[in-house]
Amino acid sequence: MEKINIVQSVNLALRQEMRKDKNVIILGEDVGVNGGVFRATDGLIKEFGANRVIDTPLSELGIIGAAVGMAVNGLKPVAEIQFSGFLYAGFDQIFSHAARIRSRSRGRFTCPLVIRSPAGGGIKALELHCEHGEAIFAHIPGLKVVIPSTPYDTKGLLASAIRDPDPVIFLEPTRIYRAIKEEVPEEDYTVPLGKARIAQEGTDVTLITWGALVKYSLDAVKTIQDTISVEVIDLRTIYPFDVTAILESVKKTGRAVIVHEAPKTGGFAAEIIATINEKALEHLEAPVVRVTGYDTCLPFARTEKEFIPDEQRIVAGIKKVLSY
Amino acid sequence: MVKKIIREFSVSYQQVMDEHGNVDSALMPKLSKQQIKQMYKTMVLVRAFDNKAFSLQRQGRIGTYLQVKGQEAAQVGSALALEDKDWVFPMYRSSGALIARKQPIPAVLLYWGGDERGLKSPLEVNNFPIAIPVGTQSLHAVGAAWASKIKGEKTVSLVYLGDGATSKEDCLSSMNFAGVFQTPTIFLVENNQYAISVPRNAQTRAETIAQRSLAFGFEGIQVDGNDIFGVYKATKDAIEKARKGLGPTLIECFTYRLADHSTSDDAKRYRAEQEVAEWLKKDPLERLEKYMRAQGILDDAYKEKALAGAKEKVEKGVEEYENTPPPDPADMFRYMFKEMPPSLKEQYESFLESRKK
Repeated sequence: MEKINIVQSVNLALRQEMRKDKNVIILGEDVGVNGGVFRATDGLIKEFGANRVIDTPLSELGIIGAAVGMAVNGLKPVAEIQFSGFLYAGFDQIFSHAARIRSRSRGRFTCPLVIRSPAGGGIKALELHCEHGEAIFAHIPGLKVVIPSTPYDTKGLLASAIRDPDPVIFLEPTRIYRAIKEEVPEEDYTVPLGKARIAQEGTDVTLITWGALVKYSLDAVKTIQDTISVEVIDLRTIYPFDVTAILESVKKTGRAVIVHEAPKTGGFAAEIIATINEKALEHLEAPVVRVTGYDTCLPFARTEKEFIPDEQRIVAGIKKVLSY
Repeated sequence: MVKKIIREFSVSYQQVMDEHGNVDSALMPKLSKQQIKQMYKTMVLVRAFDNKAFSLQRQGRIGTYLQVKGQEAAQVGSALALEDKDWVFPMYRSSGALIARKQPIPAVLLYWGGDERGLKSPLEVNNFPIAIPVGTQSLHAVGAAWASKIKGEKTVSLVYLGDGATSKEDCLSSMNFAGVFQTPTIFLVENNQYAISVPRNAQTRAETIAQRSLAFGFEGIQVDGNDIFGVYKATKDAIEKARKGLGPTLIECFTYRLADHSTSDDAKRYRAEQEVAEWLKKDPLERLEKYMRAQGILDDAYKEKALAGAKEKVEKGVEEYENTPPPDPADMFRYMFKEMPPSLKEQYESFLESRKK
């Protein structure tokens, strides 16, 4: 079996879903002839033609709004937004329409739409190319929010997202687009939305994270593995998130650290902590620790590594929760 | 060096029937007496509904309502040109179009009474839920039309917009996409001269709304929006063109909002009563009536019967609306996703539990 990276896995998932279902189409900026600025749609126009792999005019609002209309009228559009910071140009269409159509039409119309966008920093890109807005989208009722962290999961989660009957925001971890290679089966499989993955078993403390920081958390944990046994949970889906997996782990370890790249206040860690408090407070040996970005603008390339949780901050977080 | 004109554009204005009900036979669309009667009866029904909805709001029997009054020809004329399976993307002032498009009167009232069930389109017609944010529905119309084209279907989509909506980026972007991809979309702009209080000439420096399509590479036409034959003809022509794969059209219906913006608005603050009085003389319903009378299609008895019929339909609709059992509050949970995620299910169950007490 061939080893492929996350971008190639996105490409494979799109190709296979488009072969399976003629209603699956791709639209976005530079997704056709150019194959996407990250090459996620490379070669797809050759196989499926310009009617199904559509280079649009430069308007994120236009892409998302038109995709809503397409989805309502029977297609399964996969819209690519080139960088996560540009998602907000289409925010009104996501918030006011995509997420609400099923509810406000009482099920008469639905919106099986996937919006893919690279997300996260650490790639020395321009400003507004690196944001991590999962908590913003998770707060909108009617949306699902997915972030893969491995090539295998990417194919399975994207297949699930495309087959899902409701709108899904699919945030791809730019920083590790090409950092991990693994065997991804050609055969049809899905990874269900809403199910976390135990990336590493452990007994002393539970570390919950997602996206690119799964890899960096695993790297950090390796440096202390002789003394501390950390269970690492890759959340995979932010909404709906896997409460059962988190509770099972926390009940076992009694301690939890949540690591994410987005700013701390109102970040998704807060929701996870509230859920742990509601359902497993008596199992906690220490307050849950957050290792996150700061409530600042994401600094430009020269400073961004100070913002994104790194090995040192992750290890410090683990030690903090253990020393309580 | 050279400086020369490389493109010249023009914008047409079309009127089939003037204010006195006289018709230009060369432009008159092919309509049977039956169809003309249908147009008239629908306009009478819309007017009766509109008046009733206004008084229901004043009596606290529905919430905020936005009146159609003055724009019946633009809405009914365009809606009746479509097939049921075509797509319509209405806005908050589209009650007339919706009624012409088989949306039941109780449903229209349910929406304005604060009940989501009113937005559910009957299965035989594709009436999208009313858009509230202004202009956002224009992109949905383009997307739906684009989907029809990709699937090889012949359905078209028509979006109702106001003059103010044409300033919204969604609308401009949608026209650009429609032009580039030649989608079978009709942009039906009811230019009623005001976006709440802001007059049309403060909305855009462009002399017509119709010409905005030219920048996106497709045809725009201005029609007398109070002339139902003119609106019908322009819409029919645009539909025919779209079904042939020849792309989008913008139709600017030059009309006037005879009522306030909404039941919370007082238009006297920003427009002269003399102006309203002038436009009252161009009433679209009276104009059609004059034509029908001259043609011997309508007499006093027929008119009385039509008015009584409309009144009865409206009263029956109001009765049905008011006798509709209240919505099940738990429905708010049931239509978020096809399958309720566990965390939502938990909230749903806790909601059901809390209501038992």
